[in-house]
Amino acid sequence: MNKPAENITIPAEELLLKGEQTFSSITAKITGVIEKKTPRMWFLALGAALSLLMILFGSIGFLIWEGVGVWGLNNPVGWGWAIINFVWWVGIGHAGTLISAILFLLRQKWRTSINRFAEAMTLFAVSCALIFPGIHVGRIWIAYYMFPIPNQMDIWPNFRSPLLWDVFAVGTYFTASLLFWYTGLIPDLATMRDRAVTKFKKIIFGVFALGWRGGNRQWRHYELAYLILAGISTPLVLSVHSVVSTDFAVSILPGWHTTIFPPYFVAGAIFSGFAMVMTLSIIARKIFNLENLITIDHLEKINKIMLLTGMMVGYAYSIEFFIAWYSGNIYEQFAFINRAFGNYSWAYWIMITCNVLVPQLFWFKKLRRAVPVMFIASILINVGMWFERFVIVVSSLSRDFLPANWDYYSPTMWDIMTFVGSFGLFFTLFLLFIRVLPMIAMSEIKTVLPESDPHYTGDRHE
Amino acid sequence: MGQLFPKWTNQLPVLVIVVSIAAVSGIIGLIWYFASPMYTDVGYQPIQPVEYSHKVHAGDMGIDCRYCHNYVEVSQHANIPPTQTCMNCHTIVTAQSEKIQPVLESWTSGQPIEWIRIHNLPDYVYFDHSAHLDAGVGCFSCHGNVARMEKVTQVKPLSMGWCLDCHRNPQDHLRPQENIVDMDWIKPRNQMELANKIIDEKNINPPTNCSGCHR
Repeated sequence: MNKPAENITIPAEELLLKGEQTFSSITAKITGVIEKKTPRMWFLALGAALSLLMILFGSIGFLIWEGVGVWGLNNPVGWGWAIINFVWWVGIGHAGTLISAILFLLRQKWRTSINRFAEAMTLFAVSCALIFPGIHVGRIWIAYYMFPIPNQMDIWPNFRSPLLWDVFAVGTYFTASLLFWYTGLIPDLATMRDRAVTKFKKIIFGVFALGWRGGNRQWRHYELAYLILAGISTPLVLSVHSVVSTDFAVSILPGWHTTIFPPYFVAGAIFSGFAMVMTLSIIARKIFNLENLITIDHLEKINKIMLLTGMMVGYAYSIEFFIAWYSGNIYEQFAFINRAFGNYSWAYWIMITCNVLVPQLFWFKKLRRAVPVMFIASILINVGMWFERFVIVVSSLSRDFLPANWDYYSPTMWDIMTFVGSFGLFFTLFLLFIRVLPMIAMSEIKTVLPESDPHYTGDRHE
Repeated sequence: MGQLFPKWTNQLPVLVIVVSIAAVSGIIGLIWYFASPMYTDVGYQPIQPVEYSHKVHAGDMGIDCRYCHNYVEVSQHANIPPTQTCMNCHTIVTAQSEKIQPVLESWTSGQPIEWIRIHNLPDYVYFDHSAHLDAGVGCFSCHGNVARMEKVTQVKPLSMGWCLDCHRNPQDHLRPQENIVDMDWIKPRNQMELANKIIDEKNINPPTNCSGCHR
């Protein structure tokens, strides 16, 4: 005989959301971000972002006009900021799918407060990343050769090249992330449609809501689809940056040619992705007063993940040195001693400080829950992760096998402007997103309320 | 609340997916075929300054290709014969014919006849007739049955993919050296065996790397 269901009561401190939330208060709060008058801060921010975007367009235009010679590449260092920026942006894009897919499968309910804008951030970061391989090819008008398109010359991309695997890995990742993000948006788009006051908004939201009515059958199909998409996306979280790491690991350059690269890159990607989620969520919750939905507990959980992945990255840094010593290979040993004490040691120590030392702050509960500390730490971590890619790419290339080839690489103003400009694209897209779409998944965040529990009887705080 | 959209819009998502897949593959397919030499070049048959018939000369009378294109076995270039070669016979044969007048004009004035080139490869392709003939590729493989052509037409696309097809699998187009110009030669039943023997004997190894043809 079944026991009668016990009434579920959750103590207030264990609630994921603060401030006496109800279904309608959540809807009002989140749609309020979109429906209320645009804050002046938003216009200022968009103006700044658009200015940066113009810098991006300008420097890409000049690059196409003049050729890749405008960048600081030289003879041994044939890969400079373009690949660094690509890997960095793709890495940032990893948090979204991790939060939406892996944490979903692991039933981590706290993800519901941050998954929507983390997924959006993923899409925008991957868009920024895709710019760099697109424009670095020199003859950009035949960039379509990256795709295997049938042609009379029988020319195909080199399927043995990791650079082609990149095209597929990142393309798949972008497509899967977009579908996942959009699927999650459908119920919220229907809410927006139903709340819309103008005909135009009704039609726009209506088209994208795909006729969602919120019926029982629709929910059953929807949740199954979401689960399947989560299952498809989960391996992608691990595969994309593994493939990106093979760009380096498959070549034979000391400092690149190591088997630890795939897991090391994935850990670093999640590390930097969460740091970016942290930066953005601190800003967003402050501007739109979302402290009750994105609580300090959420931020603390993100900090714990950053501590974990930061230690994994630190482990990878040290094991590289160990293997260089243990292998007995003098070229490998030189590459790593040169990394720490050679011509680019300044970059190496920035990397160690930001990626290994800074996250150690999060051992202390007080610092883990202090917003200014985590804001600064999250920015430093992304600085450190950029320098990680810089150290890998540049320090190995600038000291290759023939000492006669050695040279020092410095970027030109066009390198710097393209990178700075990519932030313009990122923030323009992000600002537009938070103004037109619900930045927190309303339908999902409601499921963490006690009222959503089937056994809820109205006895909320004992 | 009234319905926002009429009922037919239920079909739209499926329609959009089908149309976009069809559009993308259609565009690629159309470019792949209509922008390739398969479509643009095959069938090219310009009007030549002399109404010369390969069918009469090479076919009906059985003149060897190499009587006129006499450097083809030793040179990169299969030469167009000078007016002198025509006049070897035409001082006597059909010298009064209407069709032969431009040749006679060229003969008296010393101005070469301006034949129009049909099989024209891009300048960045290095093609050597002698190498292909030495390997045992017959004229027929690239030019078709010229001995049956009243006016010469391009019958093969001469595209890079077409070149590579043979460079990757030359067995289909190799023949014994004595049949190299034979337009009516028929592949024996044991063509593969024969071709492999030729490949072994002559150590044929067609390049498929870029610099094989683009030097």
